[in-house]
Amino acid sequence: MRQIAIYGKGGIGKSTTTQNTVAGLASLGKKVMIVGCDPKADSTRLMLHAKAQNTVMDLVRDRGTVEDLELSDVLKIGYGGVRCVESGGPEPGVGCAGRGVITAINFLEENGAYPPDLDFVFYDVLGDVVCGGFAMPIRENKAEEIYIVVSGEMMAMYAANNIARGILKYATSGRVRLAGLICNSRNTDREADLIEALAKRLGTHMIHFVPRENQVQRAELRRMTVIEYSPEHKQAEEYRQLAKKISENKKLVIPTPLSMDDLEELLTEYGLVPSDDAEIGVPEKVVAA
Amino acid sequence: MSHPVKKVDGITKESTQAMIDEALKAYPEKGRTKRTPHLAPNDPAGGACVKSNRKTIPGVMSARGCAYAGAKGVVWGPIRDMVHLSHGPVGCGWYSWGTRRNLMSGKVGVSSFPMHFTSDFQEKDIVYGGDKKLATILREAKELFPLAKGISVLSECPVGLIGDDINAVARTMTQELDMPIIPCNCEGFRGVSQSLGHHISNDTIRDHIIGTREFREPIGPYDIALIGEYNIGGDAWSTKPLLEECGFNVKSVWTGDGQLEHIAATHQVKLAVIHCYRSMNYMARVMEEKYKIPWIELNFFGPSKIRESLRKLAERFDDRIKENVEKVIAKQDLEMKKVVDEYRPRLEGKRVMLYVGGLRPRHTVGAYEDLGMTVVGSGYEFAHSDDYERTSPEMPEATVIYDDASEHELEKFVDEIKPDLVGSGIKEKYLFQKMGLPFRQMHSWDYSGPYHGYKGFPVFARDLDLAINSPTWKLVKSPY
Repeated sequence: MRQIAIYGKGGIGKSTTTQNTVAGLASLGKKVMIVGCDPKADSTRLMLHAKAQNTVMDLVRDRGTVEDLELSDVLKIGYGGVRCVESGGPEPGVGCAGRGVITAINFLEENGAYPPDLDFVFYDVLGDVVCGGFAMPIRENKAEEIYIVVSGEMMAMYAANNIARGILKYATSGRVRLAGLICNSRNTDREADLIEALAKRLGTHMIHFVPRENQVQRAELRRMTVIEYSPEHKQAEEYRQLAKKISENKKLVIPTPLSMDDLEELLTEYGLVPSDDAEIGVPEKVVAA
Repeated sequence: MSHPVKKVDGITKESTQAMIDEALKAYPEKGRTKRTPHLAPNDPAGGACVKSNRKTIPGVMSARGCAYAGAKGVVWGPIRDMVHLSHGPVGCGWYSWGTRRNLMSGKVGVSSFPMHFTSDFQEKDIVYGGDKKLATILREAKELFPLAKGISVLSECPVGLIGDDINAVARTMTQELDMPIIPCNCEGFRGVSQSLGHHISNDTIRDHIIGTREFREPIGPYDIALIGEYNIGGDAWSTKPLLEECGFNVKSVWTGDGQLEHIAATHQVKLAVIHCYRSMNYMARVMEEKYKIPWIELNFFGPSKIRESLRKLAERFDDRIKENVEKVIAKQDLEMKKVVDEYRPRLEGKRVMLYVGGLRPRHTVGAYEDLGMTVVGSGYEFAHSDDYERTSPEMPEATVIYDDASEHELEKFVDEIKPDLVGSGIKEKYLFQKMGLPFRQMHSWDYSGPYHGYKGFPVFARDLDLAINSPTWKLVKSPY
């Protein structure tokens, strides 16, 4: 069983990419499980054709304690036989969503949610690793492969680099490794080249470039993955390719994160920050003006 | 007599320093560097001789508590007519329940509520927040105990970690229930010891309580408040009647056997008599600044200090009080002489080492001296510089002073000094008893008391005699 965690900047398309990839793996005959680690609980919507009604934490709240819960209450089977669980958690601004992730994963482990014949477990984690709870999926004996979803936008790359720093921290104390960057295209300039370059600097590879395609949106509006909604569409083939690449991927590395200066230099090199802008805001010029 | 110059045979600055250096040898260099300034031979003229109020170093056994302990156990817990809610998981409240012996009068469930109230946090309360649960509990508490005068909400660690806004809930519920709901953000991880819990609680009294009520009776010239008296073993039931016998109206006691509405009206008194300076000096200063109420720090342990304190207090008032005070002293001096005559022969020359909190490491020194005993080592768990400044003049020259002492240090010092009695807490008790030494648990008066005032001194003397002269110790083979 391979345990995989998907991280990336908020809104980058982690849940969509994860579910489409998982659908791809399922179509390859793999047995897969998705654990949504985000209080928004939308990591399994496309597999279940509905937002999960019973998250682990919601049921814990209703029934009183974790001990009152049965695995069957929260584990649902979705498209392609994929096992789906959502950790759930509070509305923004109250309580502790990170603790919700910890509680939910502990519950799943203690209750045998991972049968031995499972090929893959995917943890789809909230965008920012704001506290220890959101690092739970990459602690000892959990996910050992991390994929970072990224685009050619500066903040997405900045977030990816930060996540690499987090992986570096856990890599020294456990077996977690960076397995690659998934570029979810935003159609920025020289995007593939830039992400290839970033991947190289991080010591990894861009495992796949997922082009921007409206079909993803059309499928999502019908609460489906592209693979289920339109298996013949070229975008479905992209996700199947990504699934195949992940299935065959052996390149697991301890990342080498960049300094902020290095990252900006990289962006300049690829034309995202024009070099003649670099002087703007320097006090001498203000004085001269 | 043994102590007019306050020197102790065989204890010199050099011998004490050598003992300290020897104890410090056991530490690795970093620990030694940090601990060194916290241990020193006493210099009676030199102000605070040790560093204090610093974080305990990891790896040593410390006797300290936390901010929650300071708030719940010390300041809030003794107020008898309130419900005190330990907000968070069950353990903090349960295991601190009833451990401090701050005795209460009143009828349980009617005019006193010495029960354990907790919100008993579960995983779901951490994840989803405990604010709704808090509101429910407050409603239930009011329903169950409609005669309670208010409810304090004492935050345990998780409440601060998840950022629950207990202040907002308290504000809303104060309106809804028409009773004071007092939020106290005393999460245990704040500060270096229970001391910050005292300070936070004082600030809470300042922000939510003081000045919100007035006394029913007209204000009189002899109205005073007794601050920092927690009624351990019934201490307040000794000091309050004593002050009343001297002609004062003790309008409120903070907070031993305390009543919320009296505490809330304390801004009307003429003088604040402060007993435990460490835990209540903050509010004494607030009342001085805001309401122009002067404060005076007094000591009611042992006849000498009581006499001195009563006269110091009388100085602030008219002849009527002065005459009363002298009458009381004259009467009690006779009684106290009987106590001294009985016990002093058996206690004369005995040496004591203390390691306690609050005020006892300095305030009780005189009481031992009244019985012919000498305190040859003293220190506090959570004191600040101003406490050590007040301690140095009370202690004999060159005796050892220790701040936030570890079990290792205490054991080394006791082994070297070989006192006849150790007065400290429950964690130290069995260590020293196993060493073959008489011990008194001096946080709780070892299930005895009161020790305050004239009523307390005979009890104190009897207990020391029982401890030191028990035939048990002849049967114990001391490892020395």
